[in-house]
Parts: sequence; structure tokens; C-alpha cells
Amino acid sequence: METTMIYYLIPTLIMFCCGVYGFLTRKNMIAMLISLELMLNAVDINFVVFNRYLFPGQMEGMFFTLFAIAIAAAETALAIAIIINVFRAAKNIDVTDLKKMKF
Amino acid sequence: MDYSQFLVMKQEIGLLAVFLIVFLYDTFMPKRSLGALGTVSSVLFALFVAYGFCPSVFDSPVETAFSGMYATSAVIANIKTILNIGALIVMIQAMRWADQDLVRIRRGEFYELLLTTLFGMYLMISARHFLLFIIGLETASLPLAAMVAFDKHRYESREAAVKYVLTAVFSSAIFLMGLSFVYGLTGSLYFGKIATALMMGDGINALLVVALAFVISGIGFKLSLVPFHLWTADVYQGAPTPVTSYLSVISKGAAAFAFLVVLWQVFGCVYTFAWEWMLYALIILTITIGNLFAIRQRNMKRFLAFSSISQAGYIMLGVIAFNGMGMAALMYYILVYIFSNLAAFGVIGAIENNSGKVNMEDYNGLYKTNPRLAFTMMLAMFSLAGIPPFAGFFSKFFIFTSAINQGSVAIYVLVLIALINTIVSLYYYLLVVKAMFISDEESTVATFRSACSERFALWICVGGILLLGVVSCIYNHLLEISF
Repeated sequence: METTMIYYLIPTLIMFCCGVYGFLTRKNMIAMLISLELMLNAVDINFVVFNRYLFPGQMEGMFFTLFAIAIAAAETALAIAIIINVFRAAKNIDVTDLKKMKF
Repeated sequence: MDYSQFLVMKQEIGLLAVFLIVFLYDTFMPKRSLGALGTVSSVLFALFVAYGFCPSVFDSPVETAFSGMYATSAVIANIKTILNIGALIVMIQAMRWADQDLVRIRRGEFYELLLTTLFGMYLMISARHFLLFIIGLETASLPLAAMVAFDKHRYESREAAVKYVLTAVFSSAIFLMGLSFVYGLTGSLYFGKIATALMMGDGINALLVVALAFVISGIGFKLSLVPFHLWTADVYQGAPTPVTSYLSVISKGAAAFAFLVVLWQVFGCVYTFAWEWMLYALIILTITIGNLFAIRQRNMKRFLAFSSISQAGYIMLGVIAFNGMGMAALMYYILVYIFSNLAAFGVIGAIENNSGKVNMEDYNGLYKTNPRLAFTMMLAMFSLAGIPPFAGFFSKFFIFTSAINQGSVAIYVLVLIALINTIVSLYYYLLVVKAMFISDEESTVATFRSACSERFALWICVGGILLLGVVSCIYNHLLEISF
């Protein structure tokens, strides 16, 4: 059992780290949003795997995942609305252009 | 299911009722009566604040609902009432701004979003299960992003909103990752069950430390602790002033209290082993770096952003104290901080609404043209810096005492560093006072009479700053319920 769980946990960790890397290096805001989704989905898989392998008698992790997916959808909707709003003003969605306020 | 357990959530139901009335008023009333929307919602909300002082709410017994997911007690009811007072002041201050031409058409949404975020903070504070906690956290932070973007016509507001929403989602993803490790370690998401499982398990566990680091950095983003503070200054500067004041006071206060609950109730048994030293480092960094960066700011809103970062460090001293007095001191600190910071933001908002000026140079010689505003600002700065007769001194005193009561030598050193930083902070708070009173330059802000709502909110804040420290029964009451 333990060996099979590790086959899920290593990819989720890689997914999460890719998300963090993408969030820190991408210049396009939509790409940053995709990286964030990657991180959130890695977390979801983590919860499901822990629930399935370590605590098969209960459903807490599964339910948490369902709610986390809904919350992630809400976050994305809001972020895209705001990004569109920026696009209208600046005509591009490059984060390096958001430099009117600094230090 | 037993529906009567909804009655345990008295304050949530009250807030929801206020929200629904404001929403229906905004949607169905004729256009000409919408001008009164700000007044209507403030009055309704004031009634709700008064409801928080009813004996049944004020001294509410320890109760749980939904099989232990939701809990309430006198402490929780009181911190909610404290947040309510702050939100009421923000609502009154925002009236003038909400009546501007470009904002007027959407002003109902401002009040609705504000009430929604407050509801999220209530859930976050009352949650005893991480699912409810996360839902509360997101309900509190997502509408705030919409509020930051509220001045759609101003470029800074949009830029601030992007920065806020991306960091908010990033921080909750990190928080959730930590949570998934905690779930894997303990097999539950109930606060109580996690604490029991951690107590039973062996103390030394690398995965637990990693999980805790993720959880602390996730909430650290919301609280803008250094090194997770980089969004703060930009968002505070770009957001509309009422939103900034809401963000810096209410949102921060709720997050601080929720942080305390999570660390004490869930991870209490690994205090010395896992999170004391993490928080220790965070506090030193937060107070010091917040102070040092505040010195070089020339925009008043950025300046207060860094000042609020260092204040968050002081608030965390109550968490690291890990005793009943720490909880009381933290609640008292939040209460005092609400009044002092909202006074400062009230003055900034009044000047911005009348002349559009937000830089420190514009405050030169303000005393000659607007003596009352200058005086209020001076009181706010003295209170934030902690000069004796004002409330800020007492809140700092109690929070230092609570930390010292923890007893270890390391905490003595921490309090000493915090004390030295108080002196540093005195310098930049007094810079503003010097600009207003001593500077010889002619003021660029003409004499004006601020709106009735702004004056009313400032009077409340001044009253709070002068009285809170002297009326000792407030602190005694908080101390009594904390033990």
C-alpha cells in the first residue's frame, strides 16, 4: 500500500513546485493564473490520496477537495475579471508593466 | 438534521439580515431614494453593533454546532463585536467617497461586499474545522479583491487589485498544501481531533514542521508579516482609501485572531518544538523591517502600510505569549489599533476627498489651515507610537507584559527588540506631526469643512483614543473572559 501512495505524492509535489516556479517566473498574468491552478490541483490530489490510502474509512478529504475545487473556480473567475480590467487600461497583461507603484 | 442549531450562530444571522436588507434596498428601491443607501446601511449596522452588547450575545456561553465545526463563546462574541465597531466606523467614513460621481452608481455593492467579507471573517473566527475555516478565509479575502478594484477608472486601483488577488490565491494555495500534510499526519480536519492526534504521536516529526511552516506562511501573507509583506504597500496605496482602512484594520485583526486560534488550539502541544522559534523570527523581522521601510515613505498611505506591518508584529507578541493574558492583550490591541488607525485614515481620506493630496509634503503647515484635522492626526500618531496618556500606550504595555509573562529568557530579548523598535517608530510618526505643526512652509491644502459623516467618524475615533486606555474596565472585562 505504502509504495503505491508514493507514486501519487511525488507527482503532486512536482506539480506544486512547478506551480510555484511558474508563478514566480512567468510574465503573463494568465500564465501565472494557470500556475496557481496547478498548485491548487496538486493540493486537491494530495487530499484525495491521503484519504484513499491512509484513512479509507472516512470521507473528510474527499469533501474538502470538492469544496477546494469550488473555491478555486471562484478565485479564477475573480482574477480573470480583474485581469480583463487591467487589459482595458494597459492593452497588455504583462506583469512587468505593473510598475507604477513600487518601493 | 437539527435546524435549531442555526440559532447558535446569533451574530452571523444578524449580519446576514443586515446584508439582505441592504441588498434588497439597493436592488428594489427607486433611484431617487438610493442617495440614502449609505446612511441606511450604517444605521442598520449600528443597530447590529448594539445587538452585540446584549447580554445573551456579550456573555454567550461556550456552545458548538454542526457536530463541532462551529463554536462560539464569550471571547469569540467579543472579538466579533470589536470587529463590528471598526467596520461601522469604516462604513461611516466611506459615505463621502461613495457619493462621488464615478463611484455612486456602484455604491450599493461596496456596502454589500463589505458585509460579505465581515461574514467570512466571522466564520474564520468561529470555525473549529479546517473546511469551514478555509471557506471563511476565502469569503473574507475574495470580495476584498473586488473592493480593492473598486475605483475602476483609476489605474492604481486596478494594479493593486491584480497584486492583491494573485498573492491572495498564492497564499491560500500554500496554506492548503500545509493543510493537506496535516491531514495526512493526523487523519482529521477538526481542530480538536488534530490536537489529540498530535499529542498522541511522537513529538519530533519533520513533516509536521514543514506543514506548520506552510500554514504559518499562508496566514502570514494575509497578515502581511515580513517576509510575506511585499504586496502590502502597493495594495494599500492603490486601493480606495476606505478600502485601505478596512484592509489594514478589520481584515488584519480578524486574521490575527484566527491565527491565534489555529496555533493555540490545533498546534498548542508542539509550541516549543515547532512554532515558537518560527514566530520568534517572524516577529523580529516584521517589526524591524516594517519600521525601517516606513521611515523612507513619502506617500501617506504607503507610510501607514509599513506602519501597519510593524503593528502586526506587535500583535503577534500576544500569540507567542501563549497564555490567557496574551489573548486578552491581543484583543485589546486590535480594539485600540482600530481606533488609532481609523483616525489616521479618516484624516487622510478627508484631505484626499477635498484636495486629492496624499503626500507627506502636502501636510506641511496643515495646522494653520485645518487645525482640527491636524490635531486628530496628531492624536492618532501619538496613539500608534504609544505615548502615555493615549490608548496606544496601554495596548503596547499589556501586550509586552503578556509576552514577558511567558517567562523564558528568549522572550525577554524579543520584548527588548520590540521596545527598541518602538523608539524607532516614534521617529517616523513624529515626522508627520512635525510636518503639520512645526514646518514653516505655507500649507498647500486650503481650509475646508469636511463632510458631516467624516467628522462624526473622526469624533468616535478621537473618543476611543482618549478614553480606551483610561477606562480600565474594558481591559479587565477582556482579561476576565480570556481565562
